[in-house]
Amino acid sequence: MVQGKKSGQIIAASDAEKKVLEILATVPDPEVPVLSVLDLGVVRNISVLETGSEKTITKDGEPATDEIRITYTPTYTGCPAMDVMKTQMRIALLEKGYTNVQFEQVLSPAWTTDWMTEAGKQKLKAYGIAPPQYKQAVCTPDAFQQEEAIQCPRCNSYHTKLVSQFGSTACKALYQCVDCREPFDYFKCH
Amino acid sequence: MTKQYLIDYTLQLADNALILAQRNSEWCGHGPVLEQDIAISNISLDLIGQARNFYQYAATLIGGNATEDSLAYLRDAIDFKNNLISEILNGDWAQTVLRQFLVSTYQFYLYDALQKSPDQQLAAIAEKALKEVTYHVRWSSEWVIRLGDGTSESKQRIEKALEEIWPYTGELFIPVQHETDAVTAGIGVDPKMIEENWKQKVSTVFSEATLTLPPQNIWMHTGGKNGIHTEYLGYILAEMQFMQRAYPSAEW
Ligand SMILES: [Zn+2]
Repeated sequence: MVQGKKSGQIIAASDAEKKVLEILATVPDPEVPVLSVLDLGVVRNISVLETGSEKTITKDGEPATDEIRITYTPTYTGCPAMDVMKTQMRIALLEKGYTNVQFEQVLSPAWTTDWMTEAGKQKLKAYGIAPPQYKQAVCTPDAFQQEEAIQCPRCNSYHTKLVSQFGSTACKALYQCVDCREPFDYFKCH
Repeated sequence: MTKQYLIDYTLQLADNALILAQRNSEWCGHGPVLEQDIAISNISLDLIGQARNFYQYAATLIGGNATEDSLAYLRDAIDFKNNLISEILNGDWAQTVLRQFLVSTYQFYLYDALQKSPDQQLAAIAEKALKEVTYHVRWSSEWVIRLGDGTSESKQRIEKALEEIWPYTGELFIPVQHETDAVTAGIGVDPKMIEENWKQKVSTVFSEATLTLPPQNIWMHTGGKNGIHTEYLGYILAEMQFMQRAYPSAEW
């Protein structure tokens, strides 16, 4: 398993890993369904212990299957979507015959929107959610900062205003476009 | 064998987050406007997430049958180690946002220091929580300024809130035994070390809000960290723990 240098994208190091990644790429974020768990960057690592390797021991006469180990990190500590994503990953793998899936949560390094894939950012915009900007000065606790210019995902105007730092889910802020008047979500920097 | 002070220290971090989350969640559906109702509920959610991480860690330290749920739902008031400021009443919006600002600012400096702890789990949780608390500080300080430097009505409300809450701030910086032990072991954060930063930030925001910083040498409420609480905590737990007490081990 290799991690892309800039984004959080992970690249399969073997055919077995590639197959697993293809399955995970079909598992959506329940709150932003255009994004897969891979686009979101919550899957940090996978490894496949293939059948026949000494680690996958047959128990009770059942045929051994590959053991999949998935390391993940939550977006926000309280994000209720994380448990759903884990269940959906498990189901998607089960449907393809992978019965032996282990999850491990890691908290550090903490998830950042920088790990969202470029493809994911484009899908977000097409879906009507302004994608996160690269990490910038706004991630500080200072009050009434100069707001960053967020582009309206509908008319592309930068003439937009912040309505609330806290939107419909933990990961989003609420904006409104001053030109086309549409309210929209911004996947805020984290 | 795990040191008791580390368990108590971790529980204190968890309890502070959980009890304030439970308090703030009372605003859900009652916020002054929809966007702010959503904001305070989001802050609750972040705090619950932080509490879960600390409880999960405490459960592994305690071992046996302890789980994050048993720690949240099956301990009594005397076992809770949260600061009293987390459990006092929400009051009006002014009191809620002022309390949030004072606590978030405390958490900000606490987590900032704790992310350098040699205890890797505490450090990892703090690193993650700090990102969320950064937004909480920003949001709540803007509200303090907006109300303090607002109308005569809003000014009068937040001044009244300050009078109510201030005597609960001293406790944040008075270490109890398990904190001192955690500091001595090099794992915990000395509350005295973050007090100066906290005062600095509070006085900066207060001056923008045209509020007067109350004297620090007044009598302060203490006891929460040692399990001696106001009567309010019992009511919070009665509501929060009802389901697990009435239907032990219920899951869904
Ligand atoms: Zn627009």
